[in-house]
Amino acid sequence: MIAIIDYKMGNLRSVENALHRLGADFVVTADASVIRRADRVLLPGVGHCGEAMRHLRAAGLDAVIPSLRQPVLGICVGLQVMCRDSQEGDTQCLGIFDSHVRRFQPAPDLKVPHMGWNQIGNLERKLFTGLQGGEFVYYVHSYYPTLCPDTIATTHYGTLFSAALKYENFYGTQFHPEKSGDVGERILHNFLAL
Amino acid sequence: MLSKRIIPCLDVKEGRTVKGIHFEQLRDVGDAVELGEHYARSGADELVYLDISATREGRHTFTRLVERIADRIHIPFTVGGGISSLDDAARLLDAGADKISINSAALRNPALIDSIAKRYGSQFVVVAIDARCTDGHWTVCTHGGTRATERELFEWAAEAEQRGAGEILFTSMNHDGTRHGYPCDTLASLTAALHIPVIASGGAGSANDIADAFTLGHADAALAASIFHYGEISIAALKAILHERGIHVRR
Repeated sequence: MIAIIDYKMGNLRSVENALHRLGADFVVTADASVIRRADRVLLPGVGHCGEAMRHLRAAGLDAVIPSLRQPVLGICVGLQVMCRDSQEGDTQCLGIFDSHVRRFQPAPDLKVPHMGWNQIGNLERKLFTGLQGGEFVYYVHSYYPTLCPDTIATTHYGTLFSAALKYENFYGTQFHPEKSGDVGERILHNFLAL
Repeated sequence: MLSKRIIPCLDVKEGRTVKGIHFEQLRDVGDAVELGEHYARSGADELVYLDISATREGRHTFTRLVERIADRIHIPFTVGGGISSLDDAARLLDAGADKISINSAALRNPALIDSIAKRYGSQFVVVAIDARCTDGHWTVCTHGGTRATERELFEWAAEAEQRGAGEILFTSMNHDGTRHGYPCDTLASLTAALHIPVIASGGAGSANDIADAFTLGHADAALAASIFHYGEISIAALKAILHERGIHVRR
């Protein structure tokens, strides 16, 4: 059973639909005991990082998530809350990944948010089995995770940033695998097969 | 590098696509989900579904359709047509839409942009602008270009951005349906004036028209309907041509 953590940060439907397409059993929950028992945990999230941390703390999940031992995948803001800190609202995050979340600096040829299909490279680890690098994934974000020793994929947009991170059993993608066509489906499949 | 996006647009009435389409691969050309899946498989970067139903029942059918689309399609999609309140936006978000497109309702009530963007984020709000050029002056219009408003294109687009629009979908009523290409000079001025992505819409008759929207008009995305629906060019073939012209596309 896969637990999708519902901490009131945006619509979970696209993640649910993606798991449904993969034929996976899942439950949407904020219940710590259900999350602890799950085989896999997904932490989606759209919106403000500071708001996301407030919601996690209010639900007591800020202590639960770092203690998990099964594979955990954070998506977008779900990844950002697992970093050290974020410039968005000067937020202290969970500190699982050794990365800082910074804002893109807009420029005439660099629109913010970074929205659309961009390429991933420098792929490491089993999350990207079957991919060679250069594949396109779908992004919508204004803040990015910096490069760090936990970086397992990169994307370039004005600067090179962490497209994906891994520390022990924790994984995160800044892009949206659930909206990234066949490539995203492969990545989710790989996560479920870890 | 961020790619330029190709977006087929599907008109839907009472839950069915309305334009005559004949793809051999499809069992039911009127099935909006099946057609969307076909485009997604062929390399479309996003989809736009426009509800042109005028009835309450049609709206209800459209919402059910959006749920089916969200379940089956694994790329982002925008829905538009008849969205006039925060409740409409919420209903379509809950059904699984990634973005909504608002047009005349935003002109009637510009604060609608602020309220949807504030609640769901700018990435969720596409403001569609139809405009007609007369003697070098672009007037925003509604009702398929038949009714002129008091608003000027550049001024309204800048206001929409400032209120929280995440993208502008610009259609020139002088070009729409002509198949003679997009107004690239105006597109270039619009993309230079705004800080959010601009989607060029209306007028594409060939792959070169779409290439021009990117190279001359600096558009971030191009939306087209008939050249895809009538099978004149596949999305894969279009992207091959764009690639040859040095345009960065997802293939």
